[in-house]
Amino acid sequence: MKADIAKLLQKKKKQILEDWMNDQLKDEGLREDLMSNEELREQSVELLDVLLKALTDTNLSDLQSADFEPVHEILSGISISRARQGFSPKETGVFVFSLKDALLRSLLTEVKDDTDLLVDAFSKINKLMDSLGVVTFETFIKGREEVILRQTDEITEISTPVIQVWEGILALPIIGTLDSARTQVVMENLLQEIVETGSTIAILDISGVPAVDSLVAQHLIKTVAATRLMGAECIISGIRPEIAQTVVHLGIDLSNIVTKASLASALKHSFSMLKLDVKRIQKDKAAF
Amino acid sequence: MDRIPILRMGHFLLVTIQIDLYDRLATNLETDLVQMVNKTGAKGVLIDISALSIVDSFMGRILGNIGSMSKIMDAETVVVGMQPAVAITLIELGLELKGVHTALNVEKGMTLLQEKITSYDEELLDNEDHSEQG
Repeated sequence: MKADIAKLLQKKKKQILEDWMNDQLKDEGLREDLMSNEELREQSVELLDVLLKALTDTNLSDLQSADFEPVHEILSGISISRARQGFSPKETGVFVFSLKDALLRSLLTEVKDDTDLLVDAFSKINKLMDSLGVVTFETFIKGREEVILRQTDEITEISTPVIQVWEGILALPIIGTLDSARTQVVMENLLQEIVETGSTIAILDISGVPAVDSLVAQHLIKTVAATRLMGAECIISGIRPEIAQTVVHLGIDLSNIVTKASLASALKHSFSMLKLDVKRIQKDKAAF
Repeated sequence: MDRIPILRMGHFLLVTIQIDLYDRLATNLETDLVQMVNKTGAKGVLIDISALSIVDSFMGRILGNIGSMSKIMDAETVVVGMQPAVAITLIELGLELKGVHTALNVEKGMTLLQEKITSYDEELLDNEDHSEQG
C-alpha cells in the first residue's frame, strides 16, 4: 500500500516550515536590510500553506494542473515584489529552492524504509519545485523589466522641458542622448510651446548631450528648420569643444544656424534681436 | 471655379487660406497672386495658413514657388501661422521654403514686412543722398 505523499507532507507542515526558515536564515545571502525576518516568515507561511493545500497525490505528477494556479499566483506576487525591492536573482532563487531541500529532508525522515516510494516522491517533488523555480525567475525578470520600462518612460517625460526664460524667448535644455524618437518629442514640444506662448526665439541648449554624430546633427538641423518655418528663430547653444570637433570632422554645415557657446550668450544675443537692453541700475541714481 | 480671395492692403497683398487647399486651387492661387503683384505693384505678400492642417509636397512647393516668383518681381513673401504639425511635415519632406519669410501670426508678419520695406527704402534714400552729394 502506497502512502500518500501529499498527506504526509501536510502532516509535517510545521516541521517543514521551521526547517525551511532555518535554512533561509542561515543563508549568507539573507537580506535583512531589504526585508525583516517577520516579513520573510509571513511570505514563507503563505507560500507553504497554499502549496500544501494544492498538493494531492494525483496532481503531483501533473505540473500543468489547474490546482497549482494559486501557488503560481502567490509565487509571482512574491518574486515581483522582490524584483522591485532590489533583491538579486540568486536571493530570489534561494527562497524557492531552499523549500525543496526542506521538503525532501522531511520526506527522507518519514519514508526511510520504503526505497521505491522515496525515489518516486523525490523525483516528483524535484520536478514540481523546479517548475516553481522557473515560474519565479520568469516573473522576477518580468518585474525587473517593468521597473526598467517605467524608468525609461519617466526619463523621456522629464527630459524635455521647455522653459520660458523671457517674454518671447524659450529655452530647451537637452540632456542625454538624442535619438529619432526623442528628437520628435523635443520638436513637437518646442513647436507647441512656441504657438502657445507666441515666442519668437527658441534657444536649444545641447551642453547636456554627450555626443553628436551625423544623425543627431541632422535632427538638430531639422528642429531649427521647423522652428524657422513657424516664424521663430532658433539658436543652438552649449556646443562643447569635442562636439565642435566632431561636427567639423563629419563635414556637417551649421553655418546658417546661429550657434553660441553658452546659454548666457545665447540669451544675450536674443535680447539684442528683440532690441532689449539689460543694464545695472546705478546705486546713486537708485537712491533718489 | 473656386478662387482664394487676394486682398490689397496698402503696399501689401493679403491672402488667408481658410479651406484645405487642393491642387487646382493652389495653382490658381499661384497664377492669381503673381498677376496681382504685377498689377498692383505690391511690395509684400502675406499668406496666412493658420487654418491649414494638411500639406503635401505639392503644396509645399507651391508656397516655395510663390515666394521665389514674388521675389523676382520685387515683393517679399511672409508665410504666417504655420501649425506645428505642418512645419514638421514640411521638414520631413525636405522643404525648407527658402526665400520665404515666416512669422508666428499676422501681426508679427505685418511688422516683418513693414521692416523689410522701410529698410529697403532707407537704403534707397541713403543711396540718393550719396549720389546728390557726389
